[in-house]
Amino acid sequence: MQEYEAIIGIEIHVQLRTNTKLFCSCPAVYTDEVNTNVCPICQGFPGTLPVLNEQAVKLAVRAALALGCKVNSTATFSRKNYFYPDLPKGYQITTCEHPIGENGIINIDNRSIRIRQIHLEEDSGKLIHMKDESLVDLNRAGFPLIEIVTEPDIREPKEAYIYATKLREILRYIGVSNADMEKGELRCEPNISVHIKGEPFGTRREIKNLNSIKQVEEGIRYEIERQIYMLKKGKTIRRATLLWDEKSKITKEMRRKETEEDYRYFDEPDLPVLCIPHSLIKEQEKQIGELPDDRRDRMLKQYGLEKKDIDILVSRKALADYFEGVMKNSNNVKLTSGFILVELVGFLNERGIKFENNPISQDKLSEIICLMKDGIITRTVARNLLPRISERGSPKQLVKQLGLEKIEGEKELESIVKNILNKHPDEVSRYKEGKSGLFGFFVGEVMKTTRGKANPKVVGKLLKKIIG
Amino acid sequence: MENLSALSIPDINCLIKKGDIKVHELLDKAYKTIEQSSLNTFITLLKEESYKKADDIHLRIKNGEDIDILTGIPIAIKDNICIKGHRTTCSSRMLDNYVSPYTATVVERLENKGAIIIGKTNLDEFAMGASTETSFYKPTKNPYKHEYVPGGSSGGSAAAVAGLETVAALGSDTGGSIRQPASFCGVFGLKPTYGRVSRYGLVAFASSLDCIGPITNNVADSAILLETIAGPDSMDSTSIPEDVPRYYDMLTNEINNVTIGIVRGQLMDIIDKDVADVMEDFIKGLKFTGITLKDVTIEGFDICIPVYYIIATSEASSNLARYDGIRYGWIGNTKYDTLNEMYEVRRGVGFGKEVKRRIMLGTFCLRSGYKDQYYDKAIMVREKIRMSFEKALKDVDVLLLPTSPTLPFKIGEKIDDPVSMYLMDLCTVSISLSGLPAMSIPVGYQKGLPVGLQIVGRRLEEGTILKICHFLEKNGLASSNIENL
Repeated sequence: MQEYEAIIGIEIHVQLRTNTKLFCSCPAVYTDEVNTNVCPICQGFPGTLPVLNEQAVKLAVRAALALGCKVNSTATFSRKNYFYPDLPKGYQITTCEHPIGENGIINIDNRSIRIRQIHLEEDSGKLIHMKDESLVDLNRAGFPLIEIVTEPDIREPKEAYIYATKLREILRYIGVSNADMEKGELRCEPNISVHIKGEPFGTRREIKNLNSIKQVEEGIRYEIERQIYMLKKGKTIRRATLLWDEKSKITKEMRRKETEEDYRYFDEPDLPVLCIPHSLIKEQEKQIGELPDDRRDRMLKQYGLEKKDIDILVSRKALADYFEGVMKNSNNVKLTSGFILVELVGFLNERGIKFENNPISQDKLSEIICLMKDGIITRTVARNLLPRISERGSPKQLVKQLGLEKIEGEKELESIVKNILNKHPDEVSRYKEGKSGLFGFFVGEVMKTTRGKANPKVVGKLLKKIIG
Repeated sequence: MENLSALSIPDINCLIKKGDIKVHELLDKAYKTIEQSSLNTFITLLKEESYKKADDIHLRIKNGEDIDILTGIPIAIKDNICIKGHRTTCSSRMLDNYVSPYTATVVERLENKGAIIIGKTNLDEFAMGASTETSFYKPTKNPYKHEYVPGGSSGGSAAAVAGLETVAALGSDTGGSIRQPASFCGVFGLKPTYGRVSRYGLVAFASSLDCIGPITNNVADSAILLETIAGPDSMDSTSIPEDVPRYYDMLTNEINNVTIGIVRGQLMDIIDKDVADVMEDFIKGLKFTGITLKDVTIEGFDICIPVYYIIATSEASSNLARYDGIRYGWIGNTKYDTLNEMYEVRRGVGFGKEVKRRIMLGTFCLRSGYKDQYYDKAIMVREKIRMSFEKALKDVDVLLLPTSPTLPFKIGEKIDDPVSMYLMDLCTVSISLSGLPAMSIPVGYQKGLPVGLQIVGRRLEEGTILKICHFLEKNGLASSNIENL
């Protein structure tokens, strides 16, 4: 049996988080009404010239450094010439021929994926297809992008998934991009070829229109299976660009590439050679801070949490920062991580609030956790406090005001428990007949009556004592 | 009041300040001359706006405000330079209906000093040509002999200045497009150092060569215009950051210790006798001025034409890719079935023959597999050419050589022979490739047609060129009044 192997490389375009576009002062916002964030320069009007956005260079350098690239002291802009209605100048300005960074690396599990280069370039506009015409929106034209190109080091669809996830995490950590794939802030274009092990590589096919990292994995898996099927049938694989169809989960040929497209690259005469001074590189090194991998290692050691929880915390910088901030005062790893990951995240999700916009300050949450830790309130009360915490006053005062302190006194609770049992004679007799599941019902009723303040352990003990 | 436009800008400024002339009268005179002229110099006139500005200036003068030297001076602008709210056609059907949404830096700077832009002048389509014959709006005529070309591509600007339809004009020069028409029309035309004047708002032909400069009836006017339009511009990343000297204040009647390098050698083999004779005559005159003359040899003029045409057309093929009729420009009224068909029809009809020829030439030169043989090699040779000019300018202050290898030719004579038309650029493109400043000055005439020579300076030494040219003008060796020579 012949063994097939897939060779996968990935090109990722990432929109940089700058205020303005790469070559003009239009706001870098494309969610506004079509063709509103445009000017003569980004619309390619005759006689206009590009002026480079320095912030974009800084972010590109920061990304290159974070991905372990060597940053070149100079980069040259080239023109990539091709005709398409969403490309107002008829060429794209890019540093792809003389990139900002080269020879980087991303570690995934036990393997390394080499990064060939990172270059800075401008985005194109967007076509909007109507019934019998197509319209052009140039809000996105001239957005700053970095393109991150790997060597063909990826072998499995899962590796592509991990690579893209890690890359996105790093880019968000260092603050160069929001890297939201659904919004097109991160676009992942894998190219795949399949060959029989030991034989020369096969023909590359590229997939576009993948709208999530999961789809990247799915698309690659589909394409590998398809190519193997073709090869087994003795068919040749043609070079092509494929479009991923999200609904039917298949790829469709967008255009066939008979030969390598000729972009007639030449140096952009409207821009001088870009010099990247050592001071800029040093300054950006400082901006990077702790990268996710390092943070995972450190937090694992420092807090002794389970790897699963660390992974979730570190996956979002805001979440990890918040946890560590709360920990400073709460000093209880289990309570803090559990409460943040379950109660707080749940609370925010229910309300559709992004973690980055979390209204509950670190101080207030650590106070709540301390109240729990000191046995003053129950976890249920703590959770119920969350919606009211943004009100003024400290959680401590709030607890006092509302009388939410935990009820632990057996005497006090015993009368409440008895009261509940008296109210539900049917359930009691059914329980005694063997319906043991009703135990939880009694606990729940007690909690309801006490608005969550009863210590559930004490309640359980009392119930056992009274009804056996 | 006759030939008012023949006065220099400082003269007119004096008259305006003294109240001897009103700006309105200047405009009346200019527009009357234009309307009576058959030279076909202007594509668009900005009459209404001009008179409105004249009203403003009149009020300012009445209020005793001090006015700048350029205030109220009528200036014509080549129609590949943008002015907000007005057509910028580049003499192309492609941009026949195109109205620019912004104003070029040079125009802004002129207007800030009170100059009045009276209209936009004819040119070869997208500045590609040496005769103004490739214009969509018909050729401009040479003011000296109407059946002859005015040169190009800034033929409209040069003819308008020579025909006294405007006091001065701006042109653009990629491979000689200011200097050659200045020579053919018997006026002064200055191509500054590449990057000295902002290109923002100049419709690109070949971005690494394009320069904007003045075309005038005397050296002083060129100095005044250059010091107004030159200088760094945040909108043009290739503009040179150095401050601009006060060129006009540098002009004196005396000059000392000046050495002019005379470029003959190989070049003279290719120059027509009519032109060579004028140059030798001029050199004889130079000997009585106290200027030191020195023979200078620069080899490789013959290689400059192919190098220039490879670089210029390569850049042009990319610069002109934006004309697809999607956002602006000519769209026709056909419905297209495919994208390629749309590009084919719009670009096929919208562009003229010469523009399409150059786009194809440039596209070919940049193709992978050919680029290293053509474009890359041309870039290397360009550097050699630049170095040989730099070397030649080490021992002399300026160089002297012809502007055009021939006298003006007849309209229609060369239009079907592109190669002979390209050879018209023989003396100018090498200087463009070197990025150096050069001024064409009118020094004589043959067979009733003007002949110009070029004075080439070191990088950013426009001041030296202007000083020497002004001195030559004052000594009767150069004049736009060529009958006086």
